[in-house]
Amino acid sequence: MNWVGQSIERVEDAALLTGRGRYIDDLAAPPGCLHAAVLRSPHPHAAIRAIDVSAARAAKGVAAVITADDVTQFGAPLLAGVKANIRCWPIAVERVRYVGEPVAVVIAADRYLAEDALELIAVDYAPLPITLRPADALKPDSAVLHEGLGSNIASDRSFRYGDPAGAFARAAHRVSVKVDYPRNSCTPIETYGLIADYDPGEDAYDMLATFQGPFSIHAVLARALKVPGNRLRLRTPPDSGGSFGVKQGIFPYIALMGIAARVAGRPVKWIEDRLEHLAASVSATNRMITLEAAVEADGRITALAWDQVEDVGAHIRAPEPATLYRMHGNLTGAYDIANVSVRNRVVMTNKTPTGLNRGFGGPQVYYALERMMQRIAVELQLDPLNVIRRNLVPSGVFPFRTATGGLLDSGDYPAAVQQAIDEGGLAELRARQQQARAEGRLYGVGMTAVVEPSVSNMGYITTVLTPAERRKAGPKNGAQATATISLDPGGAVTVHVSSVPQGQGHRTVVAQIVADAFGLRPSDIRVITEMDTARDAWSIASGNYASRFAPAVGGAVQLACERIREKLARAAAAQLNVPADEIEFAASRVRARGNPDNALPFARLAATAHWAPGTLADDDQALRETVFWTPPQLTAPTEEDGINSSLCHGFIFDFCGLEVDRITGAVRIDKYVTMHDCGRVLHPGMVAGQVAGGFAQALGAALYEAYVYADDGSFISGTLADYLMPTSAEVPAPLILHFESPSPFTPLGAKGVGEGNCMSTPVCIANAVADALGVKELDLPLTPAKLAALVHAA
Amino acid sequence: MKPAPFDYVRAESLAEAHDVLAAEGGDAAVIAGGQSLVPLLSMRMARPKVLIDIMHIAELDGIAMDNNTIRVSARVRQAELLAWPDLAVRQPLLAQAMPWIGHWQTRSRGTVCGSIALADPSAELPLCLLALGGEVTLSSKQGRRSVEAGDFFTGLMSTARRDDELIEQVSFPCRRPGEGFAFREFARRHGDFAIVACAAVATEKSVQLAVSGVADRPVVRDFDDASDAALAAFASELDTRDDLHATAEYRRMLVRELGRQTIEEARRCRA
Amino acid sequence: MPRLSPDARHTVRVTVNGRALEGEAEPRMLLTDFLRHKLGLTGTHVGCEHGVCGACTIQIDGAPARACLTLAVQADGADIRTVEGLAPEPGRLSILQEAFRRHHALQCGFCTAGILMSLNWYLARTPDPSEVELREFLSGHICRCTGYVPIVAAALDAAQRLRETGEQR
Ligand SMILES: Cc1cc2nc3c(=O)[nH]c(=O)nc-3n(C[C@@H](O)[C@H](O)[C@H](O)COP(=O)(O)OP(=O)(O)OC[C@H]3O[C@@H](n4cnc5c(N)ncnc54)[C@H](O)[C@@H]3O)c2cc1C
Ligand code: FES
Ligand code: FES
Repeated sequence: MNWVGQSIERVEDAALLTGRGRYIDDLAAPPGCLHAAVLRSPHPHAAIRAIDVSAARAAKGVAAVITADDVTQFGAPLLAGVKANIRCWPIAVERVRYVGEPVAVVIAADRYLAEDALELIAVDYAPLPITLRPADALKPDSAVLHEGLGSNIASDRSFRYGDPAGAFARAAHRVSVKVDYPRNSCTPIETYGLIADYDPGEDAYDMLATFQGPFSIHAVLARALKVPGNRLRLRTPPDSGGSFGVKQGIFPYIALMGIAARVAGRPVKWIEDRLEHLAASVSATNRMITLEAAVEADGRITALAWDQVEDVGAHIRAPEPATLYRMHGNLTGAYDIANVSVRNRVVMTNKTPTGLNRGFGGPQVYYALERMMQRIAVELQLDPLNVIRRNLVPSGVFPFRTATGGLLDSGDYPAAVQQAIDEGGLAELRARQQQARAEGRLYGVGMTAVVEPSVSNMGYITTVLTPAERRKAGPKNGAQATATISLDPGGAVTVHVSSVPQGQGHRTVVAQIVADAFGLRPSDIRVITEMDTARDAWSIASGNYASRFAPAVGGAVQLACERIREKLARAAAAQLNVPADEIEFAASRVRARGNPDNALPFARLAATAHWAPGTLADDDQALRETVFWTPPQLTAPTEEDGINSSLCHGFIFDFCGLEVDRITGAVRIDKYVTMHDCGRVLHPGMVAGQVAGGFAQALGAALYEAYVYADDGSFISGTLADYLMPTSAEVPAPLILHFESPSPFTPLGAKGVGEGNCMSTPVCIANAVADALGVKELDLPLTPAKLAALVHAA
Repeated sequence: MKPAPFDYVRAESLAEAHDVLAAEGGDAAVIAGGQSLVPLLSMRMARPKVLIDIMHIAELDGIAMDNNTIRVSARVRQAELLAWPDLAVRQPLLAQAMPWIGHWQTRSRGTVCGSIALADPSAELPLCLLALGGEVTLSSKQGRRSVEAGDFFTGLMSTARRDDELIEQVSFPCRRPGEGFAFREFARRHGDFAIVACAAVATEKSVQLAVSGVADRPVVRDFDDASDAALAAFASELDTRDDLHATAEYRRMLVRELGRQTIEEARRCRA
Repeated sequence: MPRLSPDARHTVRVTVNGRALEGEAEPRMLLTDFLRHKLGLTGTHVGCEHGVCGACTIQIDGAPARACLTLAVQADGADIRTVEGLAPEPGRLSILQEAFRRHHALQCGFCTAGILMSLNWYLARTPDPSEVELREFLSGHICRCTGYVPIVAAALDAAQRLRETGEQR
């Protein structure tokens, strides 16, 4: 019996349930540690004429006040992914460009005193005109944020795959949708936090931070702190209070607080508060999309034309504009569409810089694509299900290369759709709809098909560069996962992975995988997931993002187990007098296949390398294996800009029925069905958790959540009474279904499953609302006031 | 998000609280359940020099009934009034409306009088007090006075309470024979402040409709004729504006629709 | 009662999980900071400091309440229960905690302490809640990881087991 595939209890939980978690703010601060508070800009755009910190410096308990002068003296700008003449610092230098931008940092004996001193800093601002919306940023006369750029357009690239112009010329119909995708965030309940220390003797930084990766950012930070990478030790705490991508965005604060610790000459702790988090951490990008499709009379799409204007806010923070390119290989979604044109622009506005957020580009792309599918059905008077079916990548063609270069690894989309319809009861839902409509109620059915990419190709972001620029910069590709397994003198197994879990139970799943490989129990395995760049095996791809844990890190663990098993098998072969390939690992023993009595306890064999290394062949003596694994399919962009942006591609088919209240405009979800093909399921309970959790966040994005800026650039979603995350009273339980097509590209056959519903659910709900109200244009969030206005206008 | 410094006085008698209020006036703030005041302190939007904790003043305890009136003293938490066994019989409107105030976890601390003192324009208790024609008892070193609900709420989170006064108790008239009550609320999420809340009290002759969430304070209107036209006229007179959660137009629409439902239900309950 | 001045620290005495504890606090210190950083009880978490997320929920004088909306000096003399006091003994979990583990009702665990403290109180008063009642009660908490489905399942399961075993808390 395998442990993998079972919903075993998590090893993480006993500590977390008894209040013994070790989150950043629970850790003992180093002796002499001081506390930081950040003064933030109240203006969306203003020149800083002068900053007077003298009173703050003299205030009770204050050790130092850091301003742009210190940061420019000890640091360097943060590198970004596009070649543009912009200098982005972790603090406002000469100018503030968004409400909430750091302007000064007070370091004091405690947070209370630090906040007292913030009030004593006098900043003389000269307000500047603002550019707030992406449409404005495109205008040549918009107020320019970065003078070196000359405009607010940081990147403008066009792509052509196949013959989109020809396909549009021949098409029977053209259908188009316009989308203004709002800003939102998966907002973890734990905010950012860090402890910074600087050792002047070695010119080295030691940063313990709630950073979730990718560790490509380590290189960005080392440059920003002007030290070689080996003098920036970046560590993570044992437990994380959630991230969903968001905690990647702490990295500018790592640079800022590193410098603050250096100036203060003491360790510095900073725990972001909720107001800071909402106003100035990160959010997903807001995006303006025009999508056009060339469609045959039967609903078959022959070409897509994408025009995307990505609003990254006031700075381009690495890895942006990755949100725009993450889906590049999947711009055709779950469909077989041969001809695609794309225009991608990246614009700067006076809003908080954007960053990673669960779904990462998927919510935006699928909102447009799947609204399009619904519109095609309406405009051509077809059944939306048939429009989806007509265009799905057919069965039996995997691996399937998409027009834009993605390589869909495995699946059977039509079969998964059929199973979802049968098991999820679409017919019954439609009957309910008919009945409700007969009663005069506003009931809609929506559906959506989505390909969920996982394990990002670290090279996809270079698609933003032209082929010539890429040639100059050198190839970027791959995604190395790491795992280290060691056996101690008592034969106990310890595993380290650089997956930086944020609550997803990685330690449990790794223990399951290793237990299976060695014939042990999960409780025999200790798994360490704290990250320390000074000691652990890691790569730029390390971290917790792009749903890479199960497919990539799990795979690396499996490969490391296999290597150790080979060594142990050779040692056992000598002792048991059988060939190494007849050795098996089971029931905590290593034994001869077919003769279970000819066996050694696993622990005794495993200890041999410590106690009697001389009895082993040279190569077999070190019982510590570190595997770096990168999948060969993750190649750099081609000369034609084709890019396999992700390794694995799960498939999702969702449908739902909902009712819009005629008076209040409130949406009540009647039933939500979500079918997932995420390859091999390693732990069903955790997969269900990822789906249900992502669904709840997506429901929030669909109906409640938006980071809203008033026309004057002020941020008006600044508290949790303004930014509304759904609670248990608002989130229904989705019906979760599975279809299993193992990935041929990952060692365990697993694919990512963490982000799919953030991509599929918002648009599925929107399609149902569009169906209920018979409206064409519909932007999120679908608030009662917005929907009531549509109902009452009709 | 940490409060600015302040002095703290845990008053053990009414006189002690009155003394501090008399001495400090507007620089002092009463703290009761703290469910609204503490976040304001942490955001540094409230900056009192001294906080007077009234939750240990024995004189301010208890729910009492007299003269067909429920008297709720300043220390009484919302949860306590909700759990009061006579509530549904004595005043059904409160029993209906109070579960809409925040959550169990905030009603356990938040006081009835604190909500009245805060006078949030979207709050349930000020709405009920107004709909029922209740009264606020204020006291200070100068003495005691009562203010009718209609005179108490004077604007956006502002009341007739003087800086040297505290609310000793609020009084809600009990249900009288032949009265019917109804409460309706629409909020974005369960437990949020209302977008619009309506409370209606129907008698033989007329019906009172009070609404909150719309204007800068709760508003009440006596309807002899609760026709759609009358409701529409009422809604259009309300001074309301767009905000993050809803447009003014939407709020007016809700006043018309929820208002009608609430009135109808109150009349049904009377029957 | 003497007036407590802002600069001086004052001794705050509380009973936490049955034990008498004391620590120094300025009047403005929040109870969350007092519990976590003065008494070292870091199981109570801070997610918003304005009363909405529920992460800091503890029991004060027998009722669930937000520690972040309480000043430490207000709690002087109070009887407090925190997540650290839920397990019957080290190495054993309570029925409610076990149900959470069985149902995978936590992921990052950051919201969990608050939810447990609320449910521990609620299930003692409401031994047989409906799912609708539970969902309404839990609306005072935000969990960003689980989508609430397993939390509700764990609470219903725990309620049933508590009814069967008659275990009080
Ligand atoms: C998450 C959350 C949701 C909420 N939702 C709602 C909701 O839906 N509806 C709603 O109405 N409220 C809501 N509230 C606020 C409610 O919980 C408060 O209880 C109430 O508004 C204030 O009562 P309090 O006793 O906590 O007062 P405090 O916070 O202690 O004080 C509030 C104000 O009143 C003054 N004050 C208090 N008592 C007196 C007195 N006796 N005399 C003079 N002045 C006094 C204080 O100085 C202060 O200015 C919510 C709060 C939270 C945290
Ligand atoms: S921290 Fe107290 S409710 Fe969020
Ligand atoms: S488990 Fe992470 S917020 Fe609830």
